[in-house]
Amino acid sequence: MFKKIRGVFQNIANKIADVVSKKELTEEELKKVFDEMELSLVESDVAYEALPALFDELKKKLVGAKVSRFDSSEVMELIKEALVDIIARVEPKEDLVDLIRSSGVRPFIIVFLGVNGVGKTTTIAKVANKLLKAGMKPIIVAADTFRAGAQEQLALHAERLGVPFFKGKYGADPAAVAKDAVIYATKKGLDVVLVDTAGRMHVDVDLVEELRKVVRVVKPHMRILVLDALTGNDSLEQLRYFDSNVGFDAVILTKMDADARGGCALTLSVLLRKPIIYVGTGQGYDDLELFRAKMIVEKILG
Amino acid sequence: MTTVFGKIRDLVSSFLRSSESYEEAVNSFIRELQKEMIKADVNVKVVFELSARIKERALKEEPPEGVLRREWFVKIVYDELSRLFGGDVAPDPYPKSFPWIILLVGVQGSGKTTTAGKLALFYKKRGYRVGLATTDTYRPAAYDQLKQIAETIGVPFYGEKSGDPAEIARKAVATLLNEYSCDVIIIDTAGRHGYGKEESLLMEMKEIAEAIKPSEVILVIDSSIGQKAYELAKKFNEWTPIGSIVITKLDGTARGGGALSAVVATGARIKFIGDGEKLEDLEVFNPRKFVARILGLGDLESLLEKFKAIEESDEVRKRLERAIALGRISMRDIYHQLKSIKKLGPLRKVIDLVPGFSMLKLGDDMLKGSEKKIDSWIAIIESMTYDELDDPSIIDRSRVRRLAIGSGRTVNDVRELLNYYELINKMLKDLKRGKLRLKGVDLSRLGGEAG
Ligand SMILES: Nc1nc2c(ncn2[C@@H]2O[C@H](COP(=O)(O)OP(=O)(O)OP(=O)(O)O)[C@@H](O)[C@H]2O)c(=O)[nH]1
Ligand SMILES: Nc1nc2c(ncn2[C@@H]2O[C@H](COP(=O)(O)OP(=O)(O)OP(=O)(O)O)[C@@H](O)[C@H]2O)c(=O)[nH]1
Ligand SMILES: [Mg+2]
Ligand SMILES: [Mg+2]
Repeated sequence: MFKKIRGVFQNIANKIADVVSKKELTEEELKKVFDEMELSLVESDVAYEALPALFDELKKKLVGAKVSRFDSSEVMELIKEALVDIIARVEPKEDLVDLIRSSGVRPFIIVFLGVNGVGKTTTIAKVANKLLKAGMKPIIVAADTFRAGAQEQLALHAERLGVPFFKGKYGADPAAVAKDAVIYATKKGLDVVLVDTAGRMHVDVDLVEELRKVVRVVKPHMRILVLDALTGNDSLEQLRYFDSNVGFDAVILTKMDADARGGCALTLSVLLRKPIIYVGTGQGYDDLELFRAKMIVEKILG
Repeated sequence: MTTVFGKIRDLVSSFLRSSESYEEAVNSFIRELQKEMIKADVNVKVVFELSARIKERALKEEPPEGVLRREWFVKIVYDELSRLFGGDVAPDPYPKSFPWIILLVGVQGSGKTTTAGKLALFYKKRGYRVGLATTDTYRPAAYDQLKQIAETIGVPFYGEKSGDPAEIARKAVATLLNEYSCDVIIIDTAGRHGYGKEESLLMEMKEIAEAIKPSEVILVIDSSIGQKAYELAKKFNEWTPIGSIVITKLDGTARGGGALSAVVATGARIKFIGDGEKLEDLEVFNPRKFVARILGLGDLESLLEKFKAIEESDEVRKRLERAIALGRISMRDIYHQLKSIKKLGPLRKVIDLVPGFSMLKLGDDMLKGSEKKIDSWIAIIESMTYDELDDPSIIDRSRVRRLAIGSGRTVNDVRELLNYYELINKMLKDLKRGKLRLKGVDLSRLGGEAG
């Protein structure tokens, strides 16, 4: 009883203290802090074009929030939290392995796509490694029939990992290779088909059409866009073009270990909102980590 | 190629049109310029340095005669950018000594191996004996990749699938030199960034360089790289001084500002650009084209033309002085002036280059008409024979008709030009005799039969 009364008094005291020391954050104040922050955002490779949309979101979240009259660093903290919230929207709901398992689909087909050299092939090896460790039976499909050494590269990964490998002939139709692989995997009762495609520019009409054909023919359960975390403003172009011309369901961010700040994660969470399922953190098979919003915000705002 | 820093074009034209004071205009231009450069992935620090320099020059320097201060300002932007790329000249891509040993370095996936192949093809086509070698023992099948490329091009290849990269590099050079007598040797290396776990890879890169003492270390940069380009390039440069830069993947949508950062960070020049996956997709870097691309082609090109024309206008002035001294002007002089006016355009600003015209009070409508007139006069003069140019008085009725047909103009146009020629010469003659103080001459009175 006495405790309860004390609680009520405490509450009232707090409210009074609030009125005295707190005020509501105005848009102008938020803008001021945001402008100061803009440089860090830009230096982290958040696409310039995403900044207005980002500010709008922060405005919705934060204008009117109670902040200290005396301590402006509080606003910064609030923004940080809001950013974590915003980026958390693109955190995966569940790990890819669990998602595949609970889907009940066999074989679960994943097509990897992205521009040249971002790390598709290496990432496939890393994902295969994860699946293996989870007791699943993946197969790696080399539907990159174009780039010199692409077949050998993937074959070596498969050999090192001890994963079955489905080869394509150089010059062969990638869609046909992928289709044959799916038939093979079905027959063999494999769990996951990982289709590697050749890197291509998102604006190369013919090559994008080729990719659409792969997707049309194998009907993947998931299309993963691989994005290099070192990419600057072009990340937005890549995301947009692939989204509207091929479509993708999730993103893997590579080369985060190159001291990348990963601003493209923020771009993505503000403008496209596709889940980022993993980040690549090295060239080893185990260098694939779950994507975490907090980590990115720490990198961006220190 | 896609437009780089695309918006700058609009920016430039809105800048040229704006009615603010010069200093205000400079400030808002600088702000927009900064924004555009950041969008193009130029490192933020580089953007600030560069724009500070541009601003200082813009506010301090005097534009040459005949140029608006604002146009001059845009020229300064061009100068500062192209200066970074080593000026207005294309780099010399040819070997300076033999054997010419190129070491390619760069971040993972930037395009080193592909570029090695492209360079090999480039030099082979130009008659060099090229050899390719890989020291990449990390990336699976890096060996096969370059070997296949070498076979496609038809050049000797050396590589080992495992071992110490520096040692492999040494053996590669020895083999390609002694067994194949190559005079251009291109050595590929594994991708690296040098942070964290990869720190030791920078040392390894240095060891490779020390083992073979390359004639040139080339940094291969992906055009889509963002803000990190500056720091990465700086790091590479500290371990193995970078001689040149190749920008890859310019066939995409990336604006390529990261390469500019790398240039500032290393002091190296961009030598080649890659704009496709195929081995032929390599071009010698063209600073003018690239800066033009950076600033949004069209307007910049014509602006630069104009600045060239201004140099030419000195020549025009000289000719004019001579004409006044002589008391006569030739058709060739007139032609030269008309051409210069075209380059210098808009007419309003250059009108004083034409004898008589500066005295005229011309309305904008009239000026527009005059611009058309200039076009047709140029065409007519171009149809003249040497004889006619030397002595226009021989141009009779039939010649007038021929000139009209030849230039696609009317007989009236030809007459008008001849009238102008005579009028100007009369004016100059009177001027010399001291009979005439230049007074207004109505352009419409220059007309032929209709006039
Ligand atoms: N440091 C680091 N390197 C990576 C990472 N992911 C990939 N790489 C490296 O990036 C380079 C290119 O990787 P690939 O897997 O061949 O890229 P890709 O997208 O398949 O390339 P293409 O098929 O040619 O378009 C290789 O050297 C990889 O080892 C990463 O997370 N960190
Ligand atoms: N579209 C396009 N692709 C390019 C260009 N240059 C290279 N590539 C592609 O980029 C990808 C990576 O090229 P590589 O030559 O393997 O890159 P690398 O730097 O040797 O990679 P690592 O050895 O793994 O570090 C390949 O798919 C190439 O075909 C270019 O100018 N345009
Ligand atoms: Mg690949
Ligand atoms: Mg390579």
